[in-house]
Amino acid sequence: MAIRSVASRKTLAGLKETSSRLLGLRSIQTFTLPDLPYDYSALEPAISGEIMQIHHQKHHQAYVTNYNNALEQLDQAVNKGDASGVVKLQSAIKFNGGGHVNHSIFWKNLAPVKEGGGEPPKGALGYAIDTHFGSLEGLVKKMSAEGAALQGSGWVWLGLDKELKKLVVDTTANQDPLVTKGGSLVPLVGIDVWEHAYYLQYKNVRPEYLKNVWKVVNWKYASEVYKECK
Amino acid sequence: MAASAAVTANYVLKPPPYPLDALEPHMSKQTLEFHWGKHHRAYVDNLKKQVLGSELEGKPLEHIIQNTYNNGDLLPPFNNAAQAWNHEFFWESMKPGGGGKPSGELLALLERDFTSYEKFYDEFNAAAATQFGAGWAWLAYADNKLKVVKTPNAVNPLVLGSFPLLTIDVWEHAYYLDFQQNRRPDYIKTFMNNLVSWEAVSSRLEAAKAASS
Repeated sequence: MAIRSVASRKTLAGLKETSSRLLGLRSIQTFTLPDLPYDYSALEPAISGEIMQIHHQKHHQAYVTNYNNALEQLDQAVNKGDASGVVKLQSAIKFNGGGHVNHSIFWKNLAPVKEGGGEPPKGALGYAIDTHFGSLEGLVKKMSAEGAALQGSGWVWLGLDKELKKLVVDTTANQDPLVTKGGSLVPLVGIDVWEHAYYLQYKNVRPEYLKNVWKVVNWKYASEVYKECK
Repeated sequence: MAASAAVTANYVLKPPPYPLDALEPHMSKQTLEFHWGKHHRAYVDNLKKQVLGSELEGKPLEHIIQNTYNNGDLLPPFNNAAQAWNHEFFWESMKPGGGGKPSGELLALLERDFTSYEKFYDEFNAAAATQFGAGWAWLAYADNKLKVVKTPNAVNPLVLGSFPLLTIDVWEHAYYLDFQQNRRPDYIKTFMNNLVSWEAVSSRLEAAKAASS
């Protein structure tokens, strides 16, 4: 019955796509763990090689694996017309998909010192930071304070509000991407403040991690994103 | 009642009911030193600072928790108050040589409400494993029934209208040193098989039944 009603609504051109889909030939886009653009130990002493390896190979990989699983299940639920099944999957998609999105940005937000990690932003972004926050130190102080105060797990972000054309500092809980705080927000720099991001090295002293992480923040990448999105 | 005495009496960093190395090899002394000695201590110290001079100063911990939960729109002292309570409850949920299957009335109730200990184990395990981010998994009692509950961050069953009986902390700091490489499932298994204090659960259940009658 479903096949007949779908076929009757489709044009002849669409029929081919429909029959491929019914035969299961269309596959969903799945994701893979991106490589780091530097060695695990390259961010030392700010972030230990041990943390980078576990963070990348265990945590980020788990998000990718679980995201792909959730997407497969979503695909099946959508094709079956299982509305409550689709809704039920949303939290797993948000959590694992968000985890993949956020960590993919995070690896690009960091760079070894000898590749410019920690070098203050110049040009348009540097100027915008000075305008909105007084100075880079002012921005860092604000982000570190908000990151330290975050209860539980989450991220602290420097973002660009494309609509209002201004920089913002905000936090998100768990693996919520910055866009969940506002549809026009573009993430420029995200700092992971989940305990797994610093515990093996800094233990419970999150503020110490936040003091040191800025030494390896890749402002060049943030500047590129800023220029592209302005 | 002197305000400062009440604060001290109410918000104390109580040591676990066993030495910090007593849960080895299942939970290391190093973990207890950080988890109790730094994390739990900070919640207690910060709570004291936070309520000093406010109308909450000197109030019992559970009072602060209930009043600052604010239907989920948490007021600032909630986190420290609830985490101070949760951690004391957590240490007392464990004992050296613990874990495994309970017996007697507790086993009968688990079998009544979950059909078997194994089904309870699976449900508790799943709750602890699937609490996204930081949080806790609980065995709780409400309406004469046992149930498994999972909560985010500092939330606990007190604010959800049920009596907590058992908890496992699934914030990363609880297992990150001992179960390296993100092995939360192994930590949960170890907790269930080697650490749970069913004596504590039983006495809490008695108190809960008495309070409900």
